[in-house]
Amino acid sequence: MSDTDIKTQATLDLRGVLCPINFVKTKLKLETMSPGEVLEVILDSGDPIQNVPKSIKDEGHKIVEVKREGDSFRLKVQRGS
Amino acid sequence: MTDHFIEDKSNKVTVSIEGPAQKMDFNDLKSGGFIKQKQKDLFTVRLRCPGGKLTTDKLVEISKLAQKYSKKGVVHLSYRQSLEILYVDYKDFNALVADLEKVGQKVASCGPRVRVPTACGGCEYNPNGLTDTQGLAQMVDEKFFGTPTPHKFKTCFSGCPIDCSRTKEMDLGFQGVVDPVWVEADCTGCTLCAPACKEGAIESDPDTGKPIFDPMKCIYCGDCIRACPTEAWKAGKYGHTVRVGGKHGRHPMEAKEVCKFLPDEKVADAVRMTVEWYNANGKRGERIGTAIERVGLENYLKFMEPVFQNNQSAAAAQG
Repeated sequence: MSDTDIKTQATLDLRGVLCPINFVKTKLKLETMSPGEVLEVILDSGDPIQNVPKSIKDEGHKIVEVKREGDSFRLKVQRGS
Repeated sequence: MTDHFIEDKSNKVTVSIEGPAQKMDFNDLKSGGFIKQKQKDLFTVRLRCPGGKLTTDKLVEISKLAQKYSKKGVVHLSYRQSLEILYVDYKDFNALVADLEKVGQKVASCGPRVRVPTACGGCEYNPNGLTDTQGLAQMVDEKFFGTPTPHKFKTCFSGCPIDCSRTKEMDLGFQGVVDPVWVEADCTGCTLCAPACKEGAIESDPDTGKPIFDPMKCIYCGDCIRACPTEAWKAGKYGHTVRVGGKHGRHPMEAKEVCKFLPDEKVADAVRMTVEWYNANGKRGERIGTAIERVGLENYLKFMEPVFQNNQSAAAAQG
């Protein structure tokens, strides 16, 4: 992804949160936001990064930025309409 | 103590299942899905539920009939996803079959023939599902159910490589696969596909973040396609990895993979031809896996060539 810093409206640190609770928290947070707004989520590697992005996409949201930080991933998710 | 057992093996009784009353051996009843229980005169009636799917309307009607005909008012979910009504008196077979017919429910089969296919949820509602397992199970049931074979012949459909329906343990199993195709122009190098791949088939280039794909490690599950935020990983062709000759039971055998990417439209041919080969080569009482071991896999593959040829992944076809 490009290095342009996409502005985020909220952040969820989901490190240490297990599947599928991490996805549910992401989904519920996105539902409180408006279409087009961006949520930043921090996910562990392993199961969370294998599963949560697929589910976010299935729900109609868009992952607009991915950054790896050691053992975790910082994703920016734009709420779908 | 052995009263019922002797009766089971030797006594002929007069029952009428379809048509006029006739002499029938208890063992013959198995072909119609009526299975002798330990209890005198009582049978399990196995229903035909391909893929284990029923409408709620039908389930309610079946439930009423189970209430009426099961002496203990119980059903059992068979190991192959079909409902079984337990404790049915054989004298009630006629009436039960007629009542089931009224709600559009058929009785299953046992014995040496093509059995009711099993299937997972498939692509209709399971997020991992790649193929229409339910539709294909229906199709195979309609076309091939009850076809006589040397021994039992079990088929199944799994919608993805997680393989919940266990194609590796079936006489003939179909497991959904998808060929991932990467389009560089759509890739932003976000690296998400690398950790999304549970098989270690994708690494990210340290400089560009773009995927380095190892087709030898890919099991065609489509996780990369589903994870990719920009649709740079696209679904190439969908198909079925076909496995033959598996079984569980006392002496389990693992099925052999005989085709990597069989398209939907060739599934019926694969079943028809495999049953044909089995009937020509299998000995009575021999499962197809044993027949293949005895006659040779090459013989089976040669026979199946018109169906299985040119059905590889794109990567394998190039290599």
